[in-house]
Amino acid sequence: MPPSELVLDARDLHKTFHTGRSGLRRARVSAVDGVSLQLHAGESLGIVGESGCGKSTLARMLVGLESPDSGSIVINGKDVTKVRGRDRRLMRAEVQMVFQDPYTSLDPRMTVLELIGEPLVVHKRVTGAAERRSRVAELLSLVNLAPELMHRYPHQFSGGQRQRIGIARALALEPRVLVCDEPVSALDMSVQAQVVNLLRDLQQRMGIALLFIAHDLSVVRHVADRTAVMYLGRLGEVGDTDVVYDSPAHPYTQALLSASPVVDRSRRRLANRITLAGDPPSPSDPPSGCRFHTRCRFKQDRCASETPVLRSLSDSKERTVACHFAEEVREGALAG
Amino acid sequence: MHASADSTSRALEVRGLSVTFATRRGPVPAVVDVDLQVARGELVALLGESGSGKSAAARAIMGLSDRNATVGADTLRLGDTDLLSLTEQGRRRTRGTRMAMVFQDALSALNPVLSIGDQLGELYREHRDMSRKQARAASVDLLAQVGIPAPDKRVSDYPHQFSGGMRQRILIAMAIALRPELIIADEPTTALDVTVQAQILELLDSLRRDLDMAVLLITHDLGVVSEVADRVMVMYAGRVVEAGSADDLLSRPAHPYTEALLRSVPRADRRDATLHAISGSPPSPANQPAGCPFHPRCEYVIDLCRTSRPALTPLEDATARTAACHRSEEVRHATV
Repeated sequence: MPPSELVLDARDLHKTFHTGRSGLRRARVSAVDGVSLQLHAGESLGIVGESGCGKSTLARMLVGLESPDSGSIVINGKDVTKVRGRDRRLMRAEVQMVFQDPYTSLDPRMTVLELIGEPLVVHKRVTGAAERRSRVAELLSLVNLAPELMHRYPHQFSGGQRQRIGIARALALEPRVLVCDEPVSALDMSVQAQVVNLLRDLQQRMGIALLFIAHDLSVVRHVADRTAVMYLGRLGEVGDTDVVYDSPAHPYTQALLSASPVVDRSRRRLANRITLAGDPPSPSDPPSGCRFHTRCRFKQDRCASETPVLRSLSDSKERTVACHFAEEVREGALAG
Repeated sequence: MHASADSTSRALEVRGLSVTFATRRGPVPAVVDVDLQVARGELVALLGESGSGKSAAARAIMGLSDRNATVGADTLRLGDTDLLSLTEQGRRRTRGTRMAMVFQDALSALNPVLSIGDQLGELYREHRDMSRKQARAASVDLLAQVGIPAPDKRVSDYPHQFSGGMRQRILIAMAIALRPELIIADEPTTALDVTVQAQILELLDSLRRDLDMAVLLITHDLGVVSEVADRVMVMYAGRVVEAGSADDLLSRPAHPYTEALLRSVPRADRRDATLHAISGSPPSPANQPAGCPFHPRCEYVIDLCRTSRPALTPLEDATARTAACHRSEEVRHATV
């Protein structure tokens, strides 16, 4: 892919939450720990990882729903990390979010016209009712819904249609970046493909950059040009989707891929998957060094003391890996 | 132990099961005329989307239907016991001892104020007349069997102290405690991450082999079905539309719904340009199309489909394969 315009540049983001009562029992949960991401116009980046890995916190920081403890977010060349007021509104217009649950993310008392028209009115993109209506009709046809449906309420739609409404609302301000947090996992399986195809189509046709967060590896493979694998608040492996999926070089990526069920009976792999020891450690007490070392089958002494940084391997610049032994892991040469 | 050598290998036999819910807007048929057999040691998957009636069928078999449900069946046998002739009290005695259910949401299925040992031990004290001490020892053995580390320490912990995967293991432990002939698992892995899901599926798979149990797995996930099921029954709009061995059904589907689903699922092992999307969304049980319920979404639709509902009939070229489609032979040959 030719290098296109950089629309989102997040550097070294950190976010720690404080939980529990104050005093001795107060715990610090390190949700995101030093994550950097770049997103170019018209590109889609998938983020995969298990629950608690910080992928949703990362998404919320990028759209401005959480503010990072440290690090910077630059959108369209403008640092928006600490913006307030008017500038913040500009950031909102550039980065929009599609939420997971189309049943709870739409106000049941608003019609589709009001739901999709709301951002247009707030940002003064339209003047007058007629203009609002025609813009909403345009947005509805963009997501393959009939414009006549704009006077209905969310409960009159199916889950897939509701998610389309959520997408139309997110597109209303013509954002440069669309952040989708598990956009299809609440939908029926026969409807998921419709929404996945729609997002992919919008991204390619309108040149929107897509950040696609999912726990389902198969969906991400389909949607994302590049994929980032997160584990306990850090990136384990980032790179071209085909490279990451076809020759994973981080032990966690390998384990995750091998545990993902396949529909093809002749290629079932659950029985000989890579088993991870134990449960994911608590993010309030993350392991030292490489955060994955407690469950890693290639673990060496060095892993517990020294934090691996993302580095590219000699063969290709298409992917970076945060593992001391990535070359050996990729070849499968280290004894388990 | 109930397993005696001369007992029939058929653990569950259901014929003509129907479930109708009484609602303010009149009766809503959720399950219509479902036949189902599960042999001992066999894992049968009931695949369907929300509203397909798969969970309503499972609850009706367990005798756990809601108050407003009317359950009818021609045959409902567990081993050699006719469940239809049992009193409510008799049905209750079969639950837990001879048939057990594993629910999706492990946190709400466990009692938060009792320790795991108390909840497991209660089963033994109630049904097996064990003393507290014996029950506790049996509980520790059980926890070890489902793969909980340090079971003698964890037995006094409370549900909130376990991770999601561990809680699901505990639910499975409770289900197998009294060595039932049949386990019904209703979406047991839906809330879990892929690596944990793989562990739970493997556990279910090994337990049914070791204990010679029949397992009825309710799921919406084609990948899960492909990984563990021996036989599959596909439900759509309250009826079984296709059934057969997993090997044959997944490689040569005979119903357009199954065929379209298989094509719509994204795959982690390769990437296609666009996913095959099924138009529309599943019908609500209260408002079903005339004729074949799938006809508005079907690519094979002919005039006959709009007026006449095809019956579930055996396929010509395969034993123990059935499909409810006027054009099933064509669908089957199209996908070879």
